[in-house]
Amino acid sequence: MHPTLVRLLRSTPVLTDGAWGTQLQALGLRAGECPDAWNLTHPEQVRQVARLYVDAGSAVILTNTFRSNRIALEGFGLADKVVDINTSGVRISREAAAGRALIFASIGPTGKMLMTEEVTPDEMLAAFTEQAAALASAGADALVIETMSDLEEAKLAVQAARTTGLPVVASMVFDSGKDKDRTMMGSTPEQVAEELAAAGADVIGANCGLGMEGYIPIARRLRAATHLPIWIKPNAGLPEMVEGKVTYRTTPEEFARQAAALRDAGVAFVGGCCGTSPQFVHALSTMLR
Amino acid sequence: MEDLKKLYDAILTGNFKSAKEITQQALAAGADPQAMVQQYMIPAMDEVGRRYEANEYFVPELLISARAMKASLEFIRPLLIASGAEPAGRVVIGTVKGDLHDIGKNLVAAMLEGAGFEVIDLGVDVSPEKFITALNEKKAGLVAMSALLTTTMNSMKTTVEAMKAAGVRNNVKIMIGGAPVTEKYAEEIGADGYSTNANGAVALARKLVAA
Repeated sequence: MHPTLVRLLRSTPVLTDGAWGTQLQALGLRAGECPDAWNLTHPEQVRQVARLYVDAGSAVILTNTFRSNRIALEGFGLADKVVDINTSGVRISREAAAGRALIFASIGPTGKMLMTEEVTPDEMLAAFTEQAAALASAGADALVIETMSDLEEAKLAVQAARTTGLPVVASMVFDSGKDKDRTMMGSTPEQVAEELAAAGADVIGANCGLGMEGYIPIARRLRAATHLPIWIKPNAGLPEMVEGKVTYRTTPEEFARQAAALRDAGVAFVGGCCGTSPQFVHALSTMLR
Repeated sequence: MEDLKKLYDAILTGNFKSAKEITQQALAAGADPQAMVQQYMIPAMDEVGRRYEANEYFVPELLISARAMKASLEFIRPLLIASGAEPAGRVVIGTVKGDLHDIGKNLVAAMLEGAGFEVIDLGVDVSPEKFITALNEKKAGLVAMSALLTTTMNSMKTTVEAMKAAGVRNNVKIMIGGAPVTEKYAEEIGADGYSTNANGAVALARKLVAA
C-alpha cells in the first residue's frame, strides 16, 4: 500500500468532506455557471468552503476540480484553462488545510459516452492524463476519480491517474436497476471492485446517487469483494422541492447516526456527497469518534 | 415472413449490421414496411424494455438495440412517409437552460426513435424560447425536458411558464426527467409526467400521445 495511505489508515474511518457545489452557490455561484472556474475568479470563496470542511473535522478534503478535464471544460469554453484551474484547485485546498488535512484531488467524468462514440477511449485517456498530471504537479496527496457511471471510463481515468505515482481512489455511482445496486451501465459492486482493482486503483468507492440507506449494503458488498480500502460518500437522501428550492431532508445527525453502519462494515473513508455540508462532517466527526 | 423473425432477433440483440441487411433484403422482396414495424420491430423494442425492467438489460443493451432499430428505420421511414403513415408522435427534446448534461437526454431520444417517434433534438442548454420556437415550427405534440442538476432543474419550471405565456402550453404534453426529478416536482411545475429512466420515458410518451 502507498505510504500516504498506510499513515492515513492507522485510525479509521478517515473523515472526508461533503458537497462543494451547493456551498459555492450559497456564496453566489449561479446556476449553470462552471463551479471549477471559481478557482480562478473567486479563489477566496472556494478557500472558504475548503476551510469550513477542515474546521468541521475533515482529515481529507477534495479540490474544486470535478469538471476540470478538457472534455468537460470544453462545454464551458474553458478548454484552454485545464492546467490553471487544476493547479489553482490544489493550491486553494492546500492553503485552506494548512497542514491539518490531506488533499485528495477530484477527477469527475467527462460527461460524454464511449458507447455512443461521441468520444474515443484515446481522447478520454488523454484528457484524464492531462488533468491528473496537472493535479500531481500542483502537489496533490492523492487523486479521487469520483461519480463515475461507466466502468470503462473509470478504468481509463485510473490508468491515467496511475501514471502520477499518487494513490488513486476510484468511486462509482450505484443508482440503477430495480434494486438500485448497479451502475448506470449495469455493473455490480463486485464487478466494479474486481475491475477497478485490476486497473490499479488503491481504494474502491461509491458516491452520489443514493443516500446512506442505499450505500450501507453497497459498502458491505464492496468490502466483501476486495481487500482494498473502501471509500463511501452518500447523498443526504433524496432531494425535494420546498417552496421552489431544492432541499435535502436528511439532517446531519440522522446521516451521522446511519454512518455508524459504514464504520461497522469496515469502510475506511466516510464523507458525504450532494446535499451534505460542513455540519454533516461535524456530525460525522462527533458520531464516529 | 419467416425471415423477419431474424429482424426481431437482430434488434433484440442489438446487431445493427444484420438489422440493416435483413431490412434491405425484406424490402427488396416486397415486405410491407408497416407490418415489419408493427409485427417485428416494435415488439422487439418492447421486449428490450421488458428485459430492462427485469434487470436483464441495462443501458448498454438499450443503446445497442436502439441503434439496430434506427439502422432498420432509416430504410423503412421514407417508405412509411411516402405512404402517408404518421410517426408514433413528434417529440421536441432538450436539456434545459444552464445544464450541459446530455447522456440521459440522448438515451431518451434514442429510445423514443426506437419506438417510432420522430425526435427533434435541440441539444443542451436549451432556452425556453428555443423550445417554444421548435414546438411551433415542428408541430410537435410532445416536449421532453431533461436536467441532471438540482441547480438547473428549475429551468424546467421557467420553460413551462414561458410556454404558458406564449400560449402553446395547451397544444402539447410535457414530460420531464433527470436525476433530481421526482413525481412531486413534475406535478408542482405542471408537467404531464416524468420518468426515472429512458425505458419508462417511452411508455410515458405513448401514454401521453394516446391521452
